[in-house]
Amino acid sequence: MTTAPAQAGWRFRQPSVIPGFGLTLGFSLAYLTLIILIPLSGLIWRSAALGWADFWALATDPRTVRALQISFGTAFIAAAVNVLFGTLVAWVLVRYRFPGRRVVDAMVDLPFALPTAVAGIALTTLYAPTGWLGKLLMPLGIKVAYTPLGIVVALVFIGLPFVVRTVQPIMEEIDKEVEEAAATLGASRFQIITRVLLPGLAPAIITGFSLAFARGVGEYGSVIFIAGNLPYKSEIAPLLIVIRLEEYNYPAATAIAAIMLALSFAMLLVINLVQTWSRKRYG
Amino acid sequence: MADPEIKSYEPLHESRSAAVTESGPVRVTLTIVTLVFLGVFLLLPLIIVFKEAFAKGVGAYFESLSDADTRSAIRLTLLVAAISVPLNLVFGLSAAWAIAKFEFKGKAFLTTLIDLPFSVSPVISGLVYVLLFGAQGLLGAWLKAHGIQILFAVPGIVLATVFVTFPFVARELIPLMQEQGNGDEEAALSLGASGWQAFWYVTLPNVKWGLLYGMLLCNARAMGEFGAVSVVSGHIRGLTNTMPLHVEILYNEYNAVGAFAVASLLAGLALVTLVLKTLLEMRYGAELAATRGH
Repeated sequence: MTTAPAQAGWRFRQPSVIPGFGLTLGFSLAYLTLIILIPLSGLIWRSAALGWADFWALATDPRTVRALQISFGTAFIAAAVNVLFGTLVAWVLVRYRFPGRRVVDAMVDLPFALPTAVAGIALTTLYAPTGWLGKLLMPLGIKVAYTPLGIVVALVFIGLPFVVRTVQPIMEEIDKEVEEAAATLGASRFQIITRVLLPGLAPAIITGFSLAFARGVGEYGSVIFIAGNLPYKSEIAPLLIVIRLEEYNYPAATAIAAIMLALSFAMLLVINLVQTWSRKRYG
Repeated sequence: MADPEIKSYEPLHESRSAAVTESGPVRVTLTIVTLVFLGVFLLLPLIIVFKEAFAKGVGAYFESLSDADTRSAIRLTLLVAAISVPLNLVFGLSAAWAIAKFEFKGKAFLTTLIDLPFSVSPVISGLVYVLLFGAQGLLGAWLKAHGIQILFAVPGIVLATVFVTFPFVARELIPLMQEQGNGDEEAALSLGASGWQAFWYVTLPNVKWGLLYGMLLCNARAMGEFGAVSVVSGHIRGLTNTMPLHVEILYNEYNAVGAFAVASLLAGLALVTLVLKTLLEMRYGAELAATRGH
């Protein structure tokens, strides 16, 4: 690490003997601009070019509003489920020893590695009324495939590793001494977990939630097979974008995409603020 | 702690007194709940893929894989990954060099921008290229006048894949190279090595496992990407159909064996990825430490 002396005046970069700054930064910026920034600003430019009145009309189209509600609502529920089970999975993997733990640990990353279309058709086959799980749930009156519940199931699958992998390393770092100190002071096990351990894990859990949520909002491949895709019922916003594109209705597709981006970034900003707050409070 | 007899009664990993762990029944219950949850949500989908693929026997399985359209989908998927992974590899190395080796203004912002594609829906990642290169797009007329086909062709599929897999290599390398610091390179330079030599003989060997790790994840996503590619591909059978898109087409044609046969190849790829990833983490965990949990 270079410990640079206080510089007089403004300097773009600290001096260093390592060469290649101009080349690597230049190439990185050029590549980033060509692949990501120009295409994304094209989207913003196209939605701005619509004009406020047109944009508002497209944004408040009932089918669009409903699709956005479904996308954000199901992603929220799925992320909440993943916070519960993801934290439990992380806890069991970190704290308990059982045969096959390493394999189970590796399996948690399956949703990262399995292509979403494969997950989609597999989950649909499982939860269809004739499928292994669908058959079991049918007598209970629970329909998963081709309903909004199916969307939640797919998003729980997709989002699980985000929570486990953000919470797990933080859990591994917790000092045994903290718990022992709490125990010697007379805290019950339940008190130790809720008052001592969970507050320390809160920032990681919130990060995991936000990652799973952001991924769920945009998810397409795994959802479209199981959702049934009924407008106003189980049609997600990314699918509506695709439908509008297939109708060559570029303005509508652009408007939905712009709203999704804006909402996602606003959510991430809020979650970042909550996180900073919780870090200050508990970190 | 020297007494081996006492030690053998303790759990293998570390000692925990009763006050700082849950009671036996609670532990067993939580473990069972976890295993059932993971079994239902992760294992069953994996099993059903292979079960459905072989539902009509091994013969039908291989027959559906030898279909001409399936073969061309496999070839296209390999081609797209073979182009996009090296592109993002070069970018990842370059960005990590600039960000990890130097202190400059706006570094945090640049790092955030690199992660941007992860917070964009894959469908939107495809849409932005349609808006740029499509018939009604900003460059559409110009491309048409010059006879250049980007959308509904291989270049569009590659671009969309590069977009969604953009951060993978960079985000593995940046924390790793930051943790390693500049000492090794500075030593090499002081001994007379050129910048390229320092990179080739010092930096690259230092980060090779992290690099492989990032490439592995990048490749898995590149071969499996569905949403972004679906928007730009045009779904022309035998021409612009990647394996995940071919799965969708076969599935929608009620060709379950065909769809799951292609899906089983992708699931196999996922399993190989997981095994390699776990091996890398086990053997080179210390070297990858900076990147774990990201």
